[in-house]
Amino acid sequence: MCGICGCSDKPEEQVHERSAHAPGERAARLQLRSSSTLKIEQSLMNKNQRFAEQNRSFLASRSCVAINLMGSPGAGKTALLEALVRRVPELGLLVLEGDQATERDAERIRKAGCPALQINTGTGCHLDAHAVGHGLAQLAPEPGSMIILENVGNLVCPALFDLGESARIVVLSVTEGDDKPLKYPHMFRACDVLVLNKLDLLPYVDFDLERATDYARQLKPGLEVFAVSATRGDGLDSLSNWFRSRGSAR
Amino acid sequence: MHELALTQDLVSLIAEHCAGRQVTRVVLEVGKLSAVVPDAFRFCFELCAAGTPAEGAELEIVELAGRARCRECERELTLDSIFDRCPCGSLSLELLSGEQLQLREVEVQ
Repeated sequence: MCGICGCSDKPEEQVHERSAHAPGERAARLQLRSSSTLKIEQSLMNKNQRFAEQNRSFLASRSCVAINLMGSPGAGKTALLEALVRRVPELGLLVLEGDQATERDAERIRKAGCPALQINTGTGCHLDAHAVGHGLAQLAPEPGSMIILENVGNLVCPALFDLGESARIVVLSVTEGDDKPLKYPHMFRACDVLVLNKLDLLPYVDFDLERATDYARQLKPGLEVFAVSATRGDGLDSLSNWFRSRGSAR
Repeated sequence: MHELALTQDLVSLIAEHCAGRQVTRVVLEVGKLSAVVPDAFRFCFELCAAGTPAEGAELEIVELAGRARCRECERELTLDSIFDRCPCGSLSLELLSGEQLQLREVEVQ
């Protein structure tokens, strides 16, 4: 008989994991009897959430709003921002750029005529509220500004982390496939706006705008959808109007 | 690999509560609708716990099923995965629970 828990010595008859009988386990198990259990019951998201609330207070104190812009690498998030900055400079955007490495995106946005700060996440696959808090402090937005938080290109991780934003946008390009909402439901559930980008390439790919919209709206009823081409300009007027409507009263 | 960042937060949370005592066991609740992979947690835990009071601790992950209400047929159902549909075929599910990611308890010596 097993001296630890009383179950059979025969592996096939043991009622618990065999690893519990590994050498050294007995001593560890016996010691456990004198151990105590601490009930914690705290979410792992609490830490990020505290920083997100700090960011929200910081933004509110300056009548600023932040928009979290997400999507796959190559969906056209930066191109969309460049186009918006060039076509609608009166939006007065500020941009925090999240990427694992390089200053390239912040440089592109600055070249388009808008202040931008790069946050490199290193191995991190998403922006977190702590890094964004430092970025916001460094950007020092004027009262009434709208700050775009361009997240790391990724359709999974960024959806989990509140940054203190007031709205979330996911950019999905037609070259990626119209079934992406089914494959990445967390992201599409988490967003308020879906931007279907690269409309200029639609004739060359098998992408059904209605199907993508339908899948996404099943996951997120009321999702606002804009079909655009950041490079050719289609749909950017209505998208700009959405940004104007979300800007603070400046 | 957001599990790496979350495991770092897990290890900090444990350290906050264990007051320097050696941790022997950690019980983590993971909702089946949360976007995390339990095996990735296990992999990251050993790395992140090294040099902290949680070094060498056993990580027990309790997976909790999700609950959802179908917006089409209004029935309530249990979900084992975020990719599940309602038996009526609908994807339009309002998630009621199953997204938790919570440190339930730790055993210390």
